[in-house]
Amino acid sequence: MATDKPLTKNIEEGRAPFNFKKYTAAGGYESVHKVVKMEPTDAVELVKNAGLGGRGGAGFNTGLKWSFVPPPDGGPRYLVINADEMEPGTFKDRLLIENDPHLLIEGMITTCFALQSNCGYIFLRGEYTDCEERLLKAIKEAYDNGMLGKNVAGKKGFDLDIYLHTSAGRYICGEETALLNALEGKRANPRAKPPFPQVSGLWGRPTVVNNVETICNIPGIVTHGVEWYQALGKGDYVGTRISGVSGRVNKPGCWEVPVGITFRELLEDYAGGMQDGYELKAFLPGGGSTDFLIPEHLDLPMDPGLVQKAGSRLGTSLIMVLDDKTCPVGCIRNLIKFFAHESCGWCTPCRDGLPWVEHILNNMEEGKGSLKDIEILDEMTRYMGPGNTFCALAPGAVEPLQSGLKYFMGEFEAHINHGCSYN
Amino acid sequence: MVKITVDGKVLEVDENNNLLEEVLSQGEDLPYFCWHPSMGSVGSCRQCAVIEYANDEDERGRLNMACMTSPREGGRYSIEKAGQFRAQAIESIMINHPHDCPVCEEGGECHLQDMTVMSGHTYRRYEGKKKTHTNQYLGPFINHEMNRCITCYRCVRYYNDYAGGTDFGPQASHDNTYFGRWQEGPLESEFSGNLAEVCPTGVFTDKPFGKQYVRKWDLQTAPSICTGCSVGCNTNPGERYGTLRRVVNRFNDEVNGYFLCDRGRFGTGYVNSDERITVSMTRASSDADPHLASPDEAMSQLHVMAVDAIGIGSPRASMEANFALRDLVGKDNFYAGVSANDLAMGQQILDIYRNRPVNVASIKVIEGSDAVIVLGEDVTNTAARIALALRQSVKNLGKKMARDMKLPDWHDAAVRQLTMDRKSPLFILSPHATRLDDVAANVHISSAEESARIGFAIANAIDSSAPAVKGLSKEEKSLVDTMADALKNAQQPLVVCGTGSFSPALIDAAANIATALQDGDKKANLAMVVPEANSLGLALLMNGSDQSLDQAMSLVADGDAKSAVVLENDLYRRAPADAVDSFVNALDNLAVLDSTQTRTGEAANLVIAAGTFAESSGTFINYEARAQHFYSVFKPKDSIRASVKWLSDQKLSEITAACASSITDCGGMANLTPGEDFNVAGMKVPRQQHRYSGRTAMRADINVHEPKQEQDEDGILSYSMEGVPATRDATVFNTAWSGGWNSNQSVFKFQSHTGGALKQASHGQCLIENNSKTKTWNEIEKDNAPEGDFAVFPLYHLFGSEELTARTPAIQEKATSAYIALNGDDAQKLGLQASDGVALEHNGSVPFIIRSSIKPGTVGVPVGLEGVNFRNLPDGIALEKASSWTAPEKWHAANIIASDRASSEGEA
Repeated sequence: MATDKPLTKNIEEGRAPFNFKKYTAAGGYESVHKVVKMEPTDAVELVKNAGLGGRGGAGFNTGLKWSFVPPPDGGPRYLVINADEMEPGTFKDRLLIENDPHLLIEGMITTCFALQSNCGYIFLRGEYTDCEERLLKAIKEAYDNGMLGKNVAGKKGFDLDIYLHTSAGRYICGEETALLNALEGKRANPRAKPPFPQVSGLWGRPTVVNNVETICNIPGIVTHGVEWYQALGKGDYVGTRISGVSGRVNKPGCWEVPVGITFRELLEDYAGGMQDGYELKAFLPGGGSTDFLIPEHLDLPMDPGLVQKAGSRLGTSLIMVLDDKTCPVGCIRNLIKFFAHESCGWCTPCRDGLPWVEHILNNMEEGKGSLKDIEILDEMTRYMGPGNTFCALAPGAVEPLQSGLKYFMGEFEAHINHGCSYN
Repeated sequence: MVKITVDGKVLEVDENNNLLEEVLSQGEDLPYFCWHPSMGSVGSCRQCAVIEYANDEDERGRLNMACMTSPREGGRYSIEKAGQFRAQAIESIMINHPHDCPVCEEGGECHLQDMTVMSGHTYRRYEGKKKTHTNQYLGPFINHEMNRCITCYRCVRYYNDYAGGTDFGPQASHDNTYFGRWQEGPLESEFSGNLAEVCPTGVFTDKPFGKQYVRKWDLQTAPSICTGCSVGCNTNPGERYGTLRRVVNRFNDEVNGYFLCDRGRFGTGYVNSDERITVSMTRASSDADPHLASPDEAMSQLHVMAVDAIGIGSPRASMEANFALRDLVGKDNFYAGVSANDLAMGQQILDIYRNRPVNVASIKVIEGSDAVIVLGEDVTNTAARIALALRQSVKNLGKKMARDMKLPDWHDAAVRQLTMDRKSPLFILSPHATRLDDVAANVHISSAEESARIGFAIANAIDSSAPAVKGLSKEEKSLVDTMADALKNAQQPLVVCGTGSFSPALIDAAANIATALQDGDKKANLAMVVPEANSLGLALLMNGSDQSLDQAMSLVADGDAKSAVVLENDLYRRAPADAVDSFVNALDNLAVLDSTQTRTGEAANLVIAAGTFAESSGTFINYEARAQHFYSVFKPKDSIRASVKWLSDQKLSEITAACASSITDCGGMANLTPGEDFNVAGMKVPRQQHRYSGRTAMRADINVHEPKQEQDEDGILSYSMEGVPATRDATVFNTAWSGGWNSNQSVFKFQSHTGGALKQASHGQCLIENNSKTKTWNEIEKDNAPEGDFAVFPLYHLFGSEELTARTPAIQEKATSAYIALNGDDAQKLGLQASDGVALEHNGSVPFIIRSSIKPGTVGVPVGLEGVNFRNLPDGIALEKASSWTAPEKWHAANIIASDRASSEGEA
């Protein structure tokens, strides 16, 4: 029987990741042998039908994204893996790469066949040095065992090379077009879309950029089929995903969970609930660039549409818990400080708006704020809203602030009068 | 075209352009920073925001950047409704801006000031500290004040993406983004001055102007033509208190567009130089003491002398000045003032322009070319604006790729991304590496003679009726085929050549290639560079006569002439020094009209103080035989007059008309100005702006009475602020200004379409009309192999090779004295060490540099630099290590920027 944890089935705490031999023995690289017997376009169709949503944060149907790549014209086309996991509070790709690097490689090979690509890149967060070491080893093993190089898995004419690139380190490199610029050796500024990378991406050629977790789903889908995959979710939801919790909970971490469980299930069943003496005040549902939700939202299924209705985004689905003993203004200030520093400097609202917000929040923490500042903060959240900026960095960056102003106005006002009363 | 609605107004716009360009073209005001008509859109500054409505029912709409929006049929947009966002964008952009307008050179013509006012943002709410940056020394041309930066990225998009610079760029990130060089030092690009105009605020400003600064509105300006080379860029020089303060670009869509080279922009300091001849001097003989001649005395002496004198014209003097001299001494006594070979090459080019089935290429046409071959002309240094245009031509493949993908042309970053390093072909044949090699498909290092052979072979490969070339090697053959195929398959092929190699055979080869490319109505474009602002005009003026300086010299040597009038010409730059010595010594009378002292002037017994271009009006004929009128910028002191005024008492317009009617092909010269009766509301057009300040006070320390307004009897402009600025008739388009648009960006208000031609043309007049469809060929002439160990080829320097600009302090800082350039192996064979000098036949000793591209057995010798007279040198010379030698003071090896320089070489 096929596993119900396709992403983490090979992962065991404290054990070294499987090498090629063990990975293969555990059913690995099956999808490669299967996919090379298919028509590439059928493989794209299969993934489209599976309903796999991208795991980078936007949740777009992966197969649909692939289908936008124009038919081959003889020139190169690329698969690029976004492993630049820099979203605050997010550490799921690291789990996958560190503990089962062959799963990503298998997913890439299968995907490249479907995309009719002969070249894949992994753009890895620079600080993930263990990931780097393990990936390099796994890539070498894959070459040694005929899974990379010429005629992959014995399929005549299917040649594939995979390169690992470690990032010099900017948050913006997680934005797919900025990532492509960085990979080309340019400044990591985002590109305007259209044209989308599927049409003009890396070095001006058709390119698909996918998140690590997204691609780790591909081997299971291709090996076991759409029906199996769809049955993994809870209720009508399809598949599994890595979700996690950080903050003052009893068991912080991340786990492979069926898509569709509620925040409460994640928080209580997986993370063991809040630590003694701490109460849940609010939480960021999917990384530092999502709006706060509050305890009344705990029974929402972790579904992008429903979370959006509640006023936030599911994002990476790794939630950050804000407890009642931590200052929400200080928390927002820390996040804004990060985003202001990580702004690439390309467009005006982000480059010059975020530092202004940071300045005001610093003042507030020191008790030097004024009521006028709250007005400015409120205005800034709309000024840097979606569509006003070149990419999604600033609109995401102000999400904790705009929801913070909604839920914690009293705290902001208290800061104006007395400064921060948390210690 | 599509119909759109903007704030209720129905506009018909071109859907292939972006919305910003279109609404500006319709006269709307919409603020912007990062967009530029020549550089397209990138969407970074977020200033040109508009609201776009999805349909008729949509009331909220979506905020979009107009520069990144293609107008769609029936589209509904609002500029007004996005006003708050634009004001917010300005507010945040200004957080770190120092608000130092009163001490900023940009103040009063600052796009940032204009846009801030236009956005409606007035009250500063940010209370934190401002960021400060460290500024860099960027050389003698550009001042750097990073604190004023608003991070619009225009500088880097211009300097790197447009002009191909590599030593400058954005550094750091977030609100600490910094624009500068990797380390302090002079900017390397030959087009760095445009930064001052491209930057919307005062980060990059004109450094020499800063040293003699006045506000834009206090400058007296006139439409002028650059005299730095034969391109004839349109300029707008400005004067105050009798000194020329600066030169800025004057838009002409067919010639210079928005950009000038640094020689043109920064090379006019000689107008204010101490070396200027400010009074006329006379002496009985060349060894007597000179004494001052009043203007009347000078005039009468000149005219007495002229009765039996020969006249020697000049390629740097206007058509009218040359024609007036020709008239004064008589047609048969007029000599061109350039060597026989130079004159013959000019006339050869005219013959090609007139009779070959080719189009003569303007800069605009050059930019549109999709395959180019450059034969032996180092355009970066002889006609720099053409080099900048060639850099744009290689981008046409990318534009085509974008069109094929339905990606709009203006989507600059996306087009560049799609194109990557794919370029339209540019082929260069040259004896040395050039500054365009980085965008060339193929660089072939060869002497002028070899290049000519290859050129003839290319013509033959395109059209077999062209004369064939024997004895090509296999490599040469394949090169010829590659180039011939690319040119043949191009929609708009271009051939660039010129007189720079001193090789008539090379010019013939270029003409043959262009001729071979003619196919029915399709004609190839051809650009022939000539040395100076009016070189081609002088060739036209000779009207088929071959009376060159060589002939004038033999005439004098034979005793058949005893007096000569030399017009704006230093003969020592035209012929070997000993030949000029004998010429001047054999004369009884030598009158020299010039603006600055020259070696020729030192030998004269009558030196007449002539005005520079800034103090004269007239016509220059550029490399395309395009006639362009230039107006004097200011009236010099009474002892200085324009040459034409010394030579003739006729009105300028009468001389122009006489020249137009009596010289073949010059008819078009008569139509360059709207005529002397032109007026606006009964007044001449003012040279001074309506905001010109201190009119009654500026001379009050001398005399409290305001002097009478200076008269300009020649033109339609007045030396005054009275009158209506010439905004309606672009033929006298002076300084660009429009309500709310005080910076140079206001030029779009005068264009028929933003970025396009001025509403009323000021293109000048292309004199040669050519409908030829007959292919004629020149046969290849065998040049004799040069004698001596080393074959000499000329090297040109944008800074230093041109006579007058080289007298400008800022240019001198970027220049060097003479040297030679040779291959490393040759240097080793000669036993040269880094600090050695090389003894040059017929010249003293000079330092050397090693350039790896130069072929063994050849040596590059600079033209026009102090220390070597190129005209003294035969085609082949011997070189040897100089004994007991020290490098001259003006030797600055670091000023020679070439990609093929060896790291250790003859630097002092």
